[in-house]
Formats: sequence, structure tokens, C-alpha cells
Amino acid sequence: MKTPFISAVRAIVSKDLRAEWRSRELVSAMALFALLSVLVFSFALELDKRAREEAISGVLWVSLIFASLLGFNRSLSLEHDQGSLDALLLAPVSRAAIYVGKLLGNFLFTLLVALVLLPLMTALYGVHLLDSWALLTTVVGVFGFSAIGTLLATLAVQTRSREALLPIALLPVCLPFLLTAVRATKGIVSGAPQSEWQVWLQLLAAITVIYLILCLLLYRFVLEE
Amino acid sequence: MTQRGADPLMTASPQPRLLRALTILTALGFAGTLVLGLFVAGTDIQQGQVQRIFYIHMPSFFGAFTAFGATVLGGLIYLWRGSEAWDRIALAGVEVGLAFALINLLTGAIWARPIWNTWWTWDPRLTSAAVMCLTYAAYLMLRAGIENRQRRRSLMSVYGILAFVSVLLTLFIIRIVPDTIHPVIIGASPQNAQGTFEATSGVVLALMPSLILWLTLMPITLMWHRYRLALRQEAVDALKLKLLGG
Repeated sequence: MKTPFISAVRAIVSKDLRAEWRSRELVSAMALFALLSVLVFSFALELDKRAREEAISGVLWVSLIFASLLGFNRSLSLEHDQGSLDALLLAPVSRAAIYVGKLLGNFLFTLLVALVLLPLMTALYGVHLLDSWALLTTVVGVFGFSAIGTLLATLAVQTRSREALLPIALLPVCLPFLLTAVRATKGIVSGAPQSEWQVWLQLLAAITVIYLILCLLLYRFVLEE
Repeated sequence: MTQRGADPLMTASPQPRLLRALTILTALGFAGTLVLGLFVAGTDIQQGQVQRIFYIHMPSFFGAFTAFGATVLGGLIYLWRGSEAWDRIALAGVEVGLAFALINLLTGAIWARPIWNTWWTWDPRLTSAAVMCLTYAAYLMLRAGIENRQRRRSLMSVYGILAFVSVLLTLFIIRIVPDTIHPVIIGASPQNAQGTFEATSGVVLALMPSLILWLTLMPITLMWHRYRLALRQEAVDALKLKLLGG
């Protein structure tokens, strides 16, 4: 008999959360990396007041995606190297539950990093990132690229030089998220009327749903048989 | 070392007659569309001779579209039925499509130099076309990085399906992001488009045969050759393995 979908997902997520709670190495590394990348950007781009408002949403999203790469890679490498993916495959759970479980874990970790980044960037750069719409965009965007990232990380850990290949595989496929999320965040931060940026948020949500369905259907082929 | 009979390279099937016919037809068709584009179509009043590159530029994108579409189809059928042949088709699609996409970028850059006064600009459509090339380059790198053949085939089927998003993005991005300077020849051009020209009957006359050729014959013929090359490669690999083992 199969374990019900929900309890299988809950078991995987709580396992990931507990492991992270005990080691605290994933989220702290991701958050530190994201912060560093924001700082590096602000030096490299010499952000003045106007440039800041123009570039800040791009800096935010690129930093988030880079940080999430670290997390996805680590999260799936651990499963792969310690053989727990094999164990999960042996367990009577549906492949979709494994995917959703890993996805939710990755999503929560990346979201946590985003929630650290948003107030910090608001304070550092004096832009209004703590808007409820900006938060919604962040949640949807992070969920979207976590969906595709979880699948591609599962794929990449099976290759020879996985640390190098995950970014190469993920970044081009992530572009639709980056494009729409950056435009939406930029519109919200610059205080443009809702009608101007709403369409970007809707597009972001639509792309997220499409990718999620695709990944749910394709994930079982990515797992080792 | 003269076991010719046991050599899979020598016993490989000869080129099918249909493939030979297709190859000749494609070559003739390409020559024909070149004549149409270079000599029959009139010279553009504003842009001059350089406009003729359009008869290659746009069809090559659609050639890539067909080839990458074959990759999606090959991937889907491989995942469904598990037949290696469809995985070879998927790989052939990626390589042929990437070549066409690079032709598309290159011809675009050559046209843009006199018309936009720059080889390259970070326009949404140009950017997404470049990302499309990188996505399929990533496919080839990933593919080379997976050792287990069975795993390689199913993983790359998945990636081949996902990568098609970049093709669709390139196709539709000018409808989503209207601030492009890339002209649209069929339908209304975006407001800021630079270097648009009218699709007069002469343009259509030269474009249509070229478009049909690049959509069908070009990718199909090249992919078939690439498919046969994949068969040979597999035979060589099997032979190597046998020699090392024996």
C-alpha cells in the first residue's frame, strides 16, 4: 500500500527542515552568499540613488537565484551521495510526492533567504521592497524557480561535474522567471500604477504554474531507476 | 586485423535511396531559394542589398524551430516508449537546431551592422535568441557529462523538452515585451521597430519557398545524416569496447 501523498510530502519536508535545523549550514551559507553578492553588485555597478532604483530588482533576483543554486545543489547532492534518494525510491511513495517534498524544502530555504534580503536591502538602499505586492512577487518567483531548480538539480547531481553543470542547465531555463519577476519588482519599487506592472506578476504566476505541471510530469524520469 | 566481415562500420547499411534523393533535393532547393533571394527579388529601396539576408535570416530560425521541435517529440516518445531511435532523433535535433540558430544570430548581426549601426544590441528578442543558443549548448554539455547511457537518454529527454521553453520565449517575446526594436515582417511591427520593410509580393515570392525549405527539407535531411552518424558512433563505441574487452 502506498503512503498517502500528503503524509509522504510532510515526512520529506520535515526531514529536510530537521536536518537543516540541526546543521544550519545550508540557509546560512545561502544567506551569506546572497548578501555578499548584493554588496559585490553595489560596488561593481557603483549604484547611485537613481541607478539603485533602476537596478535594485535585478540585483535582488540575480542574487537570489545564485544563492538558490548553492542550496539546490547541496540539498540534492546530500540525497544522492548518502543514498537516501534510492531509499526514497524503494519506499512506497509516489514520485510526485518526492518531488513536491524536495521542492517545498528548497522553496522554504530560498524564501527564508529572500526574507532576510528584502528588509536588509530596504534599509541599505532606501527602496521600498517591504511592500505586500513585492512580497507576493517574491513568494511566487522563488516558488517558480525552486520548481525548475529542484528538477534540474536532481538531473545535475547525476552528471560528472555537477557543481559546474547545474548553473549552466538552470540559468537559461530560469530566464522567464527572471524577466517577469524583475519587471514586476521594478514596477512595484518605483511606485508605478498597478496597471503597469500587474501583467508581469500575472505572467510570472502563469509561467510558474506551467513549469510546475511540466516538472510534476517529468520528475519521475529524472529519478534513478 | 582484417576481419572486415565482423566490422560494424563496414556492414553499416548503405545510404538509403530516399536520403540521397532528399540530399540532392535540399541542395537544389537551397540553390533555388538563393537565386530567388539574390536575383529575382527586387532590391529594397531603403535598405539596399543587405535586406536580402532576410531570406536566410528568418527561415533559419524556423529551421531551428523544426529541429528543436523534433527534440521535444523525440524526448516525449523516448520517455513513453523507451526506443533509442527517438533519442538519436532528439540529439540530431539539438545539433542541427543549434547550427541553424547560430546562422540566425550571425545573419541578424550582419544585417544589424548597417541598419541599426551596431552588430549587437541587448534587445529582448536578441537576448532571448542568444539564451536559446546557450540553452542548447547546455544540453550538449550536460549530455557529455552523464556516463550511464540509459540515464543519459532519459535525463536528456527531459532537458530537451524543458529547453523548448526558450524557443517559445524567443518566438513570443515581442508580443510580451513590446519595447523591442526587432522588426516583425508578418503582422504589425512594434512601435519602436527599426529597419522594417514591407512584405510586398516580391518579398513574399522570395521568402515563402525559402521558409518552406528551411522548415522541412533542410532540418529533416541534416537530421537524418546526423542520425546515421550517431549509429556509426555507437558502432565504433561497441567495437572499442569489444577490442578492449577481448
